[in-house]
Amino acid sequence: MGKEMRAVLAEQLLEAMKSNPDIAVLDADLAKANGTIGLREAFPERAFDVGIAEQNMASIAAGMASYGFIPFIGSFTAFATRRICDQIAISICYARQNVKIIGSDPGIAAELNGGTHMSVEDIGVLRSIPSIVIFEPADAVQLAQAVPQIIAHPGPVYIRLFRKEAPPIFDPASYRFDLMKADVVQSGRDVTLLASGIMLAEAMEAARLLAAQGVGAEVINVHTIKPLDERTVLSSARKTGAVVTCENHNVTGGLGSAAAELLCGQAPMPLERVGVEDHFGEVAKLDYLKRAYHMTAADIVRAAKRAMERKGSS
Amino acid sequence: MDKRDYLEDMARKIRYYTMDEIGRLGVGHVGGCLSLAELLAVLYFGEGMRVRPEEPGWPERDRLVLSKAHAGPALYAALALKGYFPLEELHTLNRPGTKLPSHCDMNRTVGVDMTAGSLGQGYSCAVGMAKAAKIRGYDACVFAVIGDGEAQEGQIWEASMAAAHFKLDRLISFLDWNGKQIDGTVDEVMSLRDPAEKWRAFGYHVQTVDGHDVSAVSDAIRQAKADTEAPSMIILKTTKGKGVSFVEAAGCGNHNMPLTPEQTRQALDELAGR
Repeated sequence: MGKEMRAVLAEQLLEAMKSNPDIAVLDADLAKANGTIGLREAFPERAFDVGIAEQNMASIAAGMASYGFIPFIGSFTAFATRRICDQIAISICYARQNVKIIGSDPGIAAELNGGTHMSVEDIGVLRSIPSIVIFEPADAVQLAQAVPQIIAHPGPVYIRLFRKEAPPIFDPASYRFDLMKADVVQSGRDVTLLASGIMLAEAMEAARLLAAQGVGAEVINVHTIKPLDERTVLSSARKTGAVVTCENHNVTGGLGSAAAELLCGQAPMPLERVGVEDHFGEVAKLDYLKRAYHMTAADIVRAAKRAMERKGSS
Repeated sequence: MDKRDYLEDMARKIRYYTMDEIGRLGVGHVGGCLSLAELLAVLYFGEGMRVRPEEPGWPERDRLVLSKAHAGPALYAALALKGYFPLEELHTLNRPGTKLPSHCDMNRTVGVDMTAGSLGQGYSCAVGMAKAAKIRGYDACVFAVIGDGEAQEGQIWEASMAAAHFKLDRLISFLDWNGKQIDGTVDEVMSLRDPAEKWRAFGYHVQTVDGHDVSAVSDAIRQAKADTEAPSMIILKTTKGKGVSFVEAAGCGNHNMPLTPEQTRQALDELAGR
């Protein structure tokens, strides 16, 4: 049994708060859900609740940042982003306040909370706000290594957090995380699979299925969607000549759009986008929603084949 | 010159340089700037803020959040008079590349403590600042100014709930109760009814004073500082456009109004007693 992602985040925050008196953690009545409630025992002054008032939370954090604090604010992705879009844009980003935003249960991971809690637009909303970094961890090892770099980054960072247990992908002994650099998880020469968050595991399974059919898929974990690691993406895309994006988000506005923008400008080629196909979410378990919304490894395989068939004709 | 005369003179100077500043450009948020002249005089030249213009980044200074940030030009006039930057810099208001934008920006203007402009947000920032000062153990006040129209933003009330809950006794807030906003009077557009009652119910120490009486404003700040339990709200009864007759007469039309060179000259003559 591995650790839940929220537990890993809380451990990292606890360590950071011990060594850095500037770290603060603000919650909007979801500290229990996000695993940060325990921080209040050790640091009652710097870890506290603001009540169910996300707009206030964002701007309070901005005010604290003007005194040199590095506040983390947390809620579910829907309420940590789309609900407080203007506070993130103006109080935090425009005013250059060093606030970190934790959004949990991204996209269909909101499961039984359903459509109101499913953010299919959060990356799209935030990606168009200048200066913010958008990070979506794929597993616990990556998240643990990311937190110190997120703290060290002198500006706003959004952490799009799957909060439950994620299948282990990276080897803690050999993995070296770089917030600004995408990870080539597996090499291949026929098609590039760009994947983030919970879709990385699906992309890796798709790569296995493709390998069995003699297709070499290169799997790249784009853990940081903004700024996009253009160098790594372009270098792989130019090698394979076909790209598939895999994301737990609307195919409009997120990783698929980011990849399209880059490829159109620098290296036009076939691109297929796997993700939520421009509709809202609904209540159901994750496995059901992945199938219903065409977000499984099999869907990625089909998309890869479509992209490869179009090579040279686009 | 006694204290009262001195502060009244500083308020007159703040008005004069504000009208000169906006007049050179030909348009600006005149009404809501003029209603704050006495408050800014008291804050920067009287009872109010412990600041060091020669060391603007002094961490333990008192800080001001102009949440109704469209009154930036009046604050810039006060800051220039206080010595943060030369008075001539006021001539650059809203010109390309200026350090003095319409709405306050802490990253552009020396002496501005918080960026604001999207209404309601600045007040939450002030709550965060007062909380931060408390955690840091600073003996410092955070002053915040909100507009009466701005109080229609829900975030003002989220912030007020939090300020009282966190017992931010060093947060001293002002409501510029001039009763006017863009689309009409505040009572016509969306009435605040009795703002004193509202903030009292939220757990604030509330006072209502004549916002154009420098002694009354000074006394209210002293009272607010003496309260060591609750945040303070000082409701300033003001006149939008106060001090320049044709601006006052424009009523709700003075929120963001054009100024001809003749009008500007008339305003400056009036303020200089010419």
